[in-house]
Amino acid sequence: MDGPHDLGGKTGFGEVTREVNEPVFHQPWEGLAWALNVLSIAKLRAYKVDAYRHAVERMKPSWYSDARYYERMLTGVTTLLVEQGVVSLEDLERRAGGRVPVSNPVAQPPVLQTEHSEKPDARFSPGDPVRVIAKATPGHSRCPAYIRGKEGVIRLVYPLAYYPELRAHSTVKRREHSYAVEFAAAHLWNEGDSSQTVLVELFESYLEAQ
Amino acid sequence: MSASHQAPFIAASEPASPERRAFALRDELVDRGLVETGDAEALVHNAAQELSPINGARVVARAWVDPHFRQRLLVNATAAAKELGIEGPEGHQMVAVENTATTHNVIVCTQCSCTAWPLLGLPPDWYKAPPYRARVVREARALLAQMGLQLPAATNIRVWDASGETRYVVLPMRPQGTEHLTEEQLACLVARDALIGVARIEDGTAK
Repeated sequence: MDGPHDLGGKTGFGEVTREVNEPVFHQPWEGLAWALNVLSIAKLRAYKVDAYRHAVERMKPSWYSDARYYERMLTGVTTLLVEQGVVSLEDLERRAGGRVPVSNPVAQPPVLQTEHSEKPDARFSPGDPVRVIAKATPGHSRCPAYIRGKEGVIRLVYPLAYYPELRAHSTVKRREHSYAVEFAAAHLWNEGDSSQTVLVELFESYLEAQ
Repeated sequence: MSASHQAPFIAASEPASPERRAFALRDELVDRGLVETGDAEALVHNAAQELSPINGARVVARAWVDPHFRQRLLVNATAAAKELGIEGPEGHQMVAVENTATTHNVIVCTQCSCTAWPLLGLPPDWYKAPPYRARVVREARALLAQMGLQLPAATNIRVWDASGETRYVVLPMRPQGTEHLTEEQLACLVARDALIGVARIEDGTAK
């Protein structure tokens, strides 16, 4: 899904401003939002972190862009707990004394396998040239848009991990390797610096041999 | 339910503040018996204590004084951190990337804000906000310069996008003139921005 979260290479956001002696949480409710997400994942087991990420990605783009981090986090948690019927929007709105906005529904679920699977052998080795699949996929993805269709080189092979698309949208499990793939900035961007590279962690299914 | 966060019902078109929404969700979960009173607050307390860039600084200082530890850190940062008792959420697959005279490393998560919590702490706002996430993969040298880090033209820059399971930490170069410092004193030089790669550790002056 080409959501508002996929920011790599986007322009127009302006300067990075750093706060001196920034506290971990600016307000108690920010810590609460963080803790409720941890509890929902680890204690209630209401959803996986991939589903959480996608719930944030489903925020209306203008809202995502304007909201600060912990409002986005709170929105992701609230959206999933309401969608799963753990809490009701009406109860939350009554308590909060106003409207409780949530993310958009899943627009188009991806087509997913229905059986568990595992690809234990790494298809690629360090030094292998690869190309990233060019097509955007519906639903959650951890393949950022800025390297789609681009050519890079495998640098590191990472252990087997659960494929994020499946963990976000189903209970079917698939494990495969991921890789640190190095891309030349000059290949990614017209004005790219020849002394800069970007290393993106990509699952095997996002890659094809070059 | 804590009465202090209850409010009279107002027109449904008015959104409640994030603060009211957060407390409403907590109170709802507690009243439904899904979360114990104090669970969330205890987590917040522990996060502040246990997830901290002070841990990352300890790991870096150890790597500077102990070449064998440095080697283990570069092979498996998760295991090396655990040697110092450092582990935790978002820390199950940590990788240390080493700055050298010719290569500077900087880390980002362009799609959300993935961070090695046990070594870096929960990340600062600027790391999670759009400008940094958008720009560092595209124009690292110019952005770092604007953030106060002027890199020599001959230095290569590697930007690590934490788009999967791996959480990165930068192993900065040990500054010159620190041969006389103890491991503890060295750790005091290492601030979070250097662990992210947006600042250099200048010299023997404390952070």
